[in-house]
Amino acid sequence: MSGPEHKKDIDPVTGVETMGHEWDGIKELNNPAPRWWLWVFYVCCIFSFGYWIVYPAWPTLNGNTAGIWGWTSYNKLVNEQAEIKTIQAAHTAKLEKAGFAQIQNDPDLYAFAVEGGRAAFRDNCATCHGSGAAGNIGYPNLNDDDWLWGGSIEAIEQTILYGIRSGHANARDSQMPAFGKDGVLESADVDAVTDYVLTLSGAEHKATYEKGATVFAENCAACHGDEGKGGRDFGAPNLTDKIWLYGGDRAQVYQTVFSAHAGVMPTWEARLDRNTIRELAVYVHSLGGGEPSESVTAPAPVE
Amino acid sequence: MSADKDVTIPPVTFFAKRRKFYPRAVSGVYRHRKTLLQTLCLAIYYLTPFLRWDRGPNAPDQAILIDMVHRRLYWFDIEIWPQEVYYLTGILILAAVTLFAVTSLLGRVWCGYFCFQTVWTDLFIWVEKVMQGDSAVRQKLDASPWSLNKIWRKAGTHLGWLSIAFFTGGAYILYFNDAPTLMHNLFSGQGLTTTQLAFVFGLTGSTYLMAGFAREQVCTYMCPYARFQSAMFDEDTLIIGYDTMRGEPRGKHKKGDSWDNKGHCIDCTQCVQVCPMGIDIRDGLQIQCIACGLCIDACDSVMEKMDLPKGLIRYDTERRMKEGGDQQELIRHLIRPRTMWYGLILALALSVMFYGIVSRTTLDLNVFHDRNPLFVRLSSGEIRNGYEIKILNKTLDEVHYQLAIEELPNAQITVEGAGKQDIHDLIVPPDSVGHFRLYVTAPEHDHENNLINFVITDPKTATVAKRQSIFITRTED
Repeated sequence: MSGPEHKKDIDPVTGVETMGHEWDGIKELNNPAPRWWLWVFYVCCIFSFGYWIVYPAWPTLNGNTAGIWGWTSYNKLVNEQAEIKTIQAAHTAKLEKAGFAQIQNDPDLYAFAVEGGRAAFRDNCATCHGSGAAGNIGYPNLNDDDWLWGGSIEAIEQTILYGIRSGHANARDSQMPAFGKDGVLESADVDAVTDYVLTLSGAEHKATYEKGATVFAENCAACHGDEGKGGRDFGAPNLTDKIWLYGGDRAQVYQTVFSAHAGVMPTWEARLDRNTIRELAVYVHSLGGGEPSESVTAPAPVE
Repeated sequence: MSADKDVTIPPVTFFAKRRKFYPRAVSGVYRHRKTLLQTLCLAIYYLTPFLRWDRGPNAPDQAILIDMVHRRLYWFDIEIWPQEVYYLTGILILAAVTLFAVTSLLGRVWCGYFCFQTVWTDLFIWVEKVMQGDSAVRQKLDASPWSLNKIWRKAGTHLGWLSIAFFTGGAYILYFNDAPTLMHNLFSGQGLTTTQLAFVFGLTGSTYLMAGFAREQVCTYMCPYARFQSAMFDEDTLIIGYDTMRGEPRGKHKKGDSWDNKGHCIDCTQCVQVCPMGIDIRDGLQIQCIACGLCIDACDSVMEKMDLPKGLIRYDTERRMKEGGDQQELIRHLIRPRTMWYGLILALALSVMFYGIVSRTTLDLNVFHDRNPLFVRLSSGEIRNGYEIKILNKTLDEVHYQLAIEELPNAQITVEGAGKQDIHDLIVPPDSVGHFRLYVTAPEHDHENNLINFVITDPKTATVAKRQSIFITRTED
């Protein structure tokens, strides 16, 4: 420091004062920024203090400062959900009063029911039936056109309401005997009937065909029908189609005849409100395999 | 660095107060041109929203409208959807290339005549002049103590500024809403949304601040275009230049004195006084210069009085300032590889844009194959795939579309939805997107290649849209 007076170092080319330092012969020019720019910076700093006051900011021993606006992300979610509920209220009220036929002919209401059903399905049903409702071994695929207990929207609603073998008084119920395990049939008979059942959906006839046919007529036809086409009164599967709930390999079919299967679906009556169940029925019915309601006469085929 | 005694002391100020200056009014060719162009710009800005354009009953009749609520942009006969945002990109590219081309040819004419900062600042300076008087009077008024005269003149200026600023903000939102309705709302103060009010007052504030106080600092501190336009410059770009050869050495001159050994610049500083950027053009080309040409007007009028040829400060290229030359040479300098390239790029961008607008379709189709499940086996053994399709009806009428699938002759297509649905009668409301859920069922081995095409037809106009998708029959083992 040579004294209080300020000695300017002027860059000869630009005529601009330098910052006074030099690195390898390079000097920095001092082109002063406007003073108000500095003030804007200070104002921004002061403004930022506002966030500490208004929003949750500082950790304390048992939590954090709340901020005078009381903002929390949870409250934000609650408010947004309340907003959505308000928007949905009109549709929900309309849905409560509407019959299925009305829902299926009102595009707005239908879309609302399908979307509501889709959400409820993922929360409640996807665990077994899969998020795309495609099922798995033992859990029916709800997209196809094969229904054990009926594929009309009313039948689907009833299934969801009371379940299958759920213990509810109105539940759909039936029991296939474990023909092999419980000693109803001889091992050879189980073999024969397994081969026979496979022929129903196109497999080659084997030597035991006649024997299998007899065993089937005596033991199985009561529920599955003489032709093996099943019956919805007992939830007896159609054995002639290409869909196998418990697998269509010979070993899988043998296993089914030997020890039987009895899948269980819970009753949803007490867990979900009526509207949600109706939405679920509309949704499942929309997946592509839905059948027309029994009370409604099918439209004449169009030429 | 600690013990280095030779080091120069750092400067005292890293921040400087803005030097306030009072641009003097001037008249002349460039002033006239500036007034004309700026009036035109302001007229376009304020009046465009009131232009009407009949589009029939299903669309607004405002010629230029950015409809945020319905996500549409109307520009006369052109209507742009959010899906077509590339048109906006095209317009921006076009604007950029135009700026480059014009700058390399004519210098910063955008800055001098068209930029809203320039236009509004000039308007605000005019208000100052009307309310307080010209440069010297204003300077005196500022220096004088507060008096009734000063108060009402200052108040009048700010009131004028604020009114202009308010109308600027008000006019801005007209582009986003039906202008006549909004004008009514604006003046009755009813029916305005919070967003609209925020924009009106936000722009009122920013206009007042930027054109009233910030002025030339916007160009020097904030504007990126001012900076990168300098990159378009070369020695053959037209700029506002001071003819050093002719002007120097400058000095006072009395009538009758000899011009021997003296430059033509009489150091009257008229060019400095009229400059809206507060610079001295005689210092050479500067980044602050917005090329408005007001200094040319000032200098020319002085040269006229001195019986000297005009053009001591003139609109010319840097090369010619040094080397001289006739008009022909000027044109030869302007037509150079740089301008030709920019011209070529501009022409290319224009034709691409034109082609894009002309070939814009009024129908588009999107197909989304279901991901879960990928396919469904039916009891008959047939395979069913599910699809969501979106039909973009960009016409302003309701259209009944027909759907077909190529490559799957035996397929059954059904539409899932409320009421009766028919693939030969998919109804999409005017100017909307129609969503449909489709189930396509086909025998398992009917189709080897799993690519299929969805074709949608508007039977009335025979407009067709096609979209490829897949038909999956089995999972990969």
